[in-house]
Amino acid sequence: MGMIKARNLIFEYIRRDEEGNVESINRAIDDVDLEVNKGDFVAILGHNGSGKSTMAKHINAILIPTEGSVWVNGMDTKDEDVMWDIRQTAGMVFQNPDNQIIATVVEEDVGFGAENLGVPTEEIWERVEESLKAVGMLEYRKHSPNKLSGGQKQRVAIAGIMAMKPQCIVLDEPTAMLDPVGRKEVIKTVKELNEKEKVTVLLITHYMEEVIHADKVIVMDQGKVVMQGTPREIFSRVEELKQYRLDVPQVTELAYELKKSGLDIPVGILTTEELVEAVLRLSK
Amino acid sequence: MPIIIDKLNYVYSPGTAYEKHALKDINLVINDGEFIGLIGHTGSGKSTLTQHLNGLMKATGGTIYYNGQDIYDKEFNMKWLRSKVGLVFQYPEHQLFETTVYKDVCFGPKNLGLDQLEVDVRTYEAIKLVGLSDDLLDASPFELSGGQKRRVAIAGVLAMKPEVLILDEPTAGLDPKGRDEILDQIAKLHKESNLTIILVSHSMEDVAKYADKLIVMNKGSVAFNDTPHGVFAYYKELEAMGLAAPQVTYVMNELKLRGIPVNTTANTVEEARDEILKYMRRS
Repeated sequence: MGMIKARNLIFEYIRRDEEGNVESINRAIDDVDLEVNKGDFVAILGHNGSGKSTMAKHINAILIPTEGSVWVNGMDTKDEDVMWDIRQTAGMVFQNPDNQIIATVVEEDVGFGAENLGVPTEEIWERVEESLKAVGMLEYRKHSPNKLSGGQKQRVAIAGIMAMKPQCIVLDEPTAMLDPVGRKEVIKTVKELNEKEKVTVLLITHYMEEVIHADKVIVMDQGKVVMQGTPREIFSRVEELKQYRLDVPQVTELAYELKKSGLDIPVGILTTEELVEAVLRLSK
Repeated sequence: MPIIIDKLNYVYSPGTAYEKHALKDINLVINDGEFIGLIGHTGSGKSTLTQHLNGLMKATGGTIYYNGQDIYDKEFNMKWLRSKVGLVFQYPEHQLFETTVYKDVCFGPKNLGLDQLEVDVRTYEAIKLVGLSDDLLDASPFELSGGQKRRVAIAGVLAMKPEVLILDEPTAGLDPKGRDEILDQIAKLHKESNLTIILVSHSMEDVAKYADKLIVMNKGSVAFNDTPHGVFAYYKELEAMGLAAPQVTYVMNELKLRGIPVNTTANTVEEARDEILKYMRRS
């Protein structure tokens, strides 16, 4: 059963002048078909302006298609009657943790979304505890969010979404502002939610090494899906990715360079361990 | 003349419950024309330190010498310092506000009280230095792509003709190509204009590729001050500080551990490739 389905999705940003006449039309998404299964971990890559974030905003009905349709767990995002159900099904986490935190105590911040859904108080506290445990932040429940590191703040933001019990989380560059350890913390948390809680994950990022554990990678360019496959399939196509202003993880690039220099190294190496093994095999 | 940072200390909200010792006895010498990578975990004091360098923040102890002058001296011209040490903040595109790219870039030099001709010359030069094309001069800065907006913001600082350019995470949120383009442009500026560059970054791969020297901040103190090779040799210590080494450094260390006699100091893809090929050809 599909969690997210898009058919012939087109979205246009239309700019109008003061009299309401159309000044310009910018087609940000151009006839995209997409299918994400329940429990999948899907990563979206693409350069700035390729349409990734516009795509993401369709999944919890922040944006409504200009043409075509998007269904979230079978619900059409154009149907206003189910808008709140859709937003409860698909939660979003954004880039800047500071813009997403509103309360002065961690546990209150995490409970905010659930409270607005009208969840009974007692259950809110249960959910808050569960969610903070899931992101490894339970010991900080009484702390002030302002005193946390970037990675910790972002995990609190994720816990806040988890407390709304979504079936799907969309993360739009959640690690762009974090230091290396903060980045690792967030990606590990997201992976665990996907594996243990079976939450469907859609991760948008510019860090290539963050997508190597995804089930599927989608590459967007000029509003279209231009590549689709497993991380290994995608990262085997180094030159093509560079054309789309993207990159590969540093180990993949090193493996590719070694292969170009004549060493017999397999394509699509994704981790340090794989590359070390490949070099060891050659040196025997 | 080098910038000398002498026993610099900064305490936020002293005497209150929120007191925080953000900079602890910082001693550093920044030489003319260096390309420095400034790294450290979130909250390590990187931004606090950079804001001291152009006098936006005043130390609670110690001092800084610029061109041999104590910047906290009563006679010292702070306004002059701010034009010499240019600071490009994080997400600088949020500070664009004018109606055209041209007007935005000339805002700084105009406020230095220069005559119109000088303002024009500096503005054109700065726009050229950051690699923006002339036909964008009359465009609204808000219509540009993320990478272009950042260039406009950097041009605005360059138009002040600084001797030192500090960039706080100039590539955050940019796609890989945009990141490379901005960093290549900064490297070019460094080489051609002999600017001193201080690049604050969370990307170990980027500082390894571009910087000659790394300053590592940890909890308000300087933990390392050395070449990238010298610093990344301590990758385990860096991890304990919330940092890491470039991915290829881990490959080299793992190979060595598994009995392949490679030199582990490689920090870039090119260095690692050459070192592995050298070993393969020997054996």
